[in-house]
Amino acid sequence: MRFIMKTDYYQDIQLFKYRSTFFWYLALVIGCLLIPLVLDEYLLSQLTFICMYGIAAVGLMLLTGYTGQVSMGHAAFFAIGSYTSAILTSKGVPFLLALPAAGFLAAAVGMLIGRPILHLTGLYLAIATMGFAFIIDEILVRWESLTNGNMGFYVDPPAIGPFIFDTEVRYYYLTLVILILTLFAARNILRSPTGRAMIAIRDSEVAAEAMGIDLAKFKTMAFAVSAFFAGIAGSLYAHKLFFINPESYTIILSIELLAMIIIGGLGSLHGAVFGAAFFIFLPQIIVMTKEYMPSYLQDQTGLESALFGLLIVLVMLFEPMGIYGRWLKTKFYFEMFPLYKKDSFRREKKYQKAERH
Amino acid sequence: MEVVNEILQTVLSGISIGCVYGLVALGFVLIFKATEVINFAQGELLMLGAFISYSLITQLHFPYWAALLVTVIVMGLLGMLLERSVLRSLVGEPVYAIVIVTIGMSFFFRSIVSMVPGWGTDTYGFRTPFTEKFVRTGEFVISWEYLAIILMTTGLILGLFAFFRYTRVGTAMRATSQNQLAAVYMGISVTRVFSLSWTIAAMLGGIGGILLSPITFVHMNMGFIGLKAFPAAVLGGFGSLPGAIVGGLIIGITESLAGFYLPEGWKDIAAWIILIGVLILRPQGLFGIQEKKKV
Repeated sequence: MRFIMKTDYYQDIQLFKYRSTFFWYLALVIGCLLIPLVLDEYLLSQLTFICMYGIAAVGLMLLTGYTGQVSMGHAAFFAIGSYTSAILTSKGVPFLLALPAAGFLAAAVGMLIGRPILHLTGLYLAIATMGFAFIIDEILVRWESLTNGNMGFYVDPPAIGPFIFDTEVRYYYLTLVILILTLFAARNILRSPTGRAMIAIRDSEVAAEAMGIDLAKFKTMAFAVSAFFAGIAGSLYAHKLFFINPESYTIILSIELLAMIIIGGLGSLHGAVFGAAFFIFLPQIIVMTKEYMPSYLQDQTGLESALFGLLIVLVMLFEPMGIYGRWLKTKFYFEMFPLYKKDSFRREKKYQKAERH
Repeated sequence: MEVVNEILQTVLSGISIGCVYGLVALGFVLIFKATEVINFAQGELLMLGAFISYSLITQLHFPYWAALLVTVIVMGLLGMLLERSVLRSLVGEPVYAIVIVTIGMSFFFRSIVSMVPGWGTDTYGFRTPFTEKFVRTGEFVISWEYLAIILMTTGLILGLFAFFRYTRVGTAMRATSQNQLAAVYMGISVTRVFSLSWTIAAMLGGIGGILLSPITFVHMNMGFIGLKAFPAAVLGGFGSLPGAIVGGLIIGITESLAGFYLPEGWKDIAAWIILIGVLILRPQGLFGIQEKKKV
């Protein structure tokens, strides 16, 4: 265990807690930059997907994990980002403008949606956002003159000036850089007064309001920021797949994003990325282990998703605090070695009292 | 006269679909009231019930009513088993973690169905005593399949109402849903109540499956009806049993009318528009009671 003598209030909110942390993150970034040297194209494209989903998950984490507002409609913001970027680039707008445009349009829609349903909480909010997602999905299907409806839309690889991101390696670097920027932005939001207001709202709305926090303002802001990142991720998604149609943005995607941040560990930015990695890599690992299974099982088409569902259940049974929770526990174990007690993280099993009668 | 007839028939078919939504929504609400968990696998329980009854009727040649009974019993056992094996060890863990577990279960059920010999990914149907029978009064024609759903749901709801109102176990379940700690102090076994809630919810899913299969047929994606039942439960005010049924009926009727009178595409979103409208005006749903949260 390290203890730091704090001499300044600023030390509470600095970007890196210890100097060594900075070097570890720097090492991680360098590792990520060098990894295309050893990976084949397929694995690299999986990493690109992790970066993409990671961006959207970080956005959702800000809304759900830090502000406490559950959204089951993030696929809609994702879709808005995809279509904005796809339509703009097809009209000749450079990618460098289309990408932020995708984010900002999603943010604007997020604000529009977030505003009237501000006073909904928990479950009711989740359902209302899900409803908006269904409506937006239907609009994408029906507004054929703009979106081509169910026929789908072809998208070109993005280009900045004469530089075209048409290989796996180039696209990987693009998404990686944007993921790093996203994480940096999210971290900075969280240590600013805005971020602290968001966390206060999550912990207790009444207390936050009593402290002078404008609930409406910060909740709408959280919605907008979250939708912005989802829109950016959506734009990257469209340019990666070259083809989009409304089928890719169903409720399943919303639920997956939500599951990502919970499995990763709610209330931590690490968790968002861990969750994205879990969702991308787990199916790959299942496919790899399929070779060693009896041939009766190998022929089953449903095997992968059955195992996927089963593993989600097992992971949550084993570690209800998510992957990041397990990471913290492991770290704590080594820091405290050999004094780690199993009960350090034991949760009090408590009876629940409903807030209704 | 013709117009009235048309509206009546549309509304009636809406009511019968709404009854199924209501049954699934009841399953959501029952589990939520007892354990504060939203069970995302409720729609998949309905699908399992439909597949089990399909196997019983077409492959094992059970009579319809016997198949109904066996399905309900099997589903009840399955619900109990799920609670015992998976969910009991999660009591006291954060609710969102448990919700993700139910999502994992729904993935699992949906794909396991495709692996069971004789089930697979195809769409199946089976004959019921109500198939191709109609009630006619003048120009008004209604299929017995729809009527059967409405009648059986009404019976079920009355039964459930009596169960919660007049039996000791039902009273214990209501007490637990209000305050678990106080219920423990009064000598109620909360674990038994949890187990019973899952059992009843799974049974409701099974019945919903049998009732729905003549209309939408049996297939592995039947469970997505849960996505319609979910807003039904919320519309009524999550936590209110009559609210779940009323919510189901509203969504069923809206959908049916919108499907008939509005252009294509409105059918799927009409219910959502109504839901969002209601929530903006009444954030706690139609029958829900909202209390100020204490700090």
